[in-house]
Amino acid sequence: MSSTPKNPEDNEQPRDAIYWAQQTSEFRVSHLQTGALDLNVEGRRGLSPLQGFGQMWEKLYRVRLSGITVSPAEVIKGWKENFPAFWPQGNRFFAPLTGIAPGEVAILRLAPGGMPLSTGVMVLYADEESFTLMTPQGHIFAGWITFSAYEDDGCTVAQAQVLMRASDPLYELGMRLGGSKVEDKFWEHTLTALAAHFEVKAQVETRVTCMDPKLQWSEVRNIWQNAAMRTMIYTMTSPVRWMRKRRKS
Amino acid sequence: MPQAKIVMNVRRVTPTASIIDIQGEVSAFAEQVLMDAYTEANTPTTRAIILNFSGLEYMNSSGIGLIVTLLIRVNRQKQRLLAFGLSEHYRHIFEITRLNDAIKMYVTESNALAAAQV
Repeated sequence: MSSTPKNPEDNEQPRDAIYWAQQTSEFRVSHLQTGALDLNVEGRRGLSPLQGFGQMWEKLYRVRLSGITVSPAEVIKGWKENFPAFWPQGNRFFAPLTGIAPGEVAILRLAPGGMPLSTGVMVLYADEESFTLMTPQGHIFAGWITFSAYEDDGCTVAQAQVLMRASDPLYELGMRLGGSKVEDKFWEHTLTALAAHFEVKAQVETRVTCMDPKLQWSEVRNIWQNAAMRTMIYTMTSPVRWMRKRRKS
Repeated sequence: MPQAKIVMNVRRVTPTASIIDIQGEVSAFAEQVLMDAYTEANTPTTRAIILNFSGLEYMNSSGIGLIVTLLIRVNRQKQRLLAFGLSEHYRHIFEITRLNDAIKMYVTESNALAAAQV
């Protein structure tokens, strides 16, 4: 049985059209909240796992919301509304003014291993039962994280799925020297907090799969965009900026 | 878990190129169907897998993730993954997700087949 191809220029939009970001993969910050630093975000291109340097991993973090009646849509609504609050202390997610909606860019202030890192994410996709964040150049990893909820055997399950490669050789080294475990703890904390929000005490199930063990040396130049190094340089040069500001005023 | 609303048909059009016709919705639920289709499309002489998206009705971000997973499997077999029949909306999705860096898009089946033979 062969399919008769439809006209590729068909103007009728499919029903998923409203859930996808509409603009190009270049990040545009529409509003900067107090305390947020747009250092490695504006103008950066979004990355899929294909543009990363390191090994490709799929990481699944799941929690079963047993003992309560809550729909997948209610879980995702609560997750979107409280997303920053579920993060581990020391890590900030500056949500867009319009909330987690397709195309919106959020600023992140992270502290992996105690080192400050200013970066961001873009909402690539968001519907009632899932949303996906895409990382920019310079982020620790190149890829996507999809947060979703679904029904399984009469119980609602909340899940975070990470599909990623470390962006550059420095980050790949960091991942191998313990960064990967730090990331696991990050999302396990987040899912535990989500479950607690719905008054459920649950164990997070973690499943890690190496999708591609090969390094992509063609992407080694990503290191020039390394947000951790750029944040460190920015931090070290802040006395110089302060003195310049003082001389002007 | 809901049933996958997807049907995939495999055509081995040449000894080196197979086409997977996708009809329906590509989401997380389509994983097994897609991987089974690839298993059927993959022969010892296959060098290119061509995805026909002209019957695609819906795709979410989990569906895009499946395409990435398929690409990894295809590349592991030293094969290429090509696509045709994408509407303007889905071409935009491939661009914004940067999948077009690795999966070449063509307008028609004959264009894709010609590229697969090169």
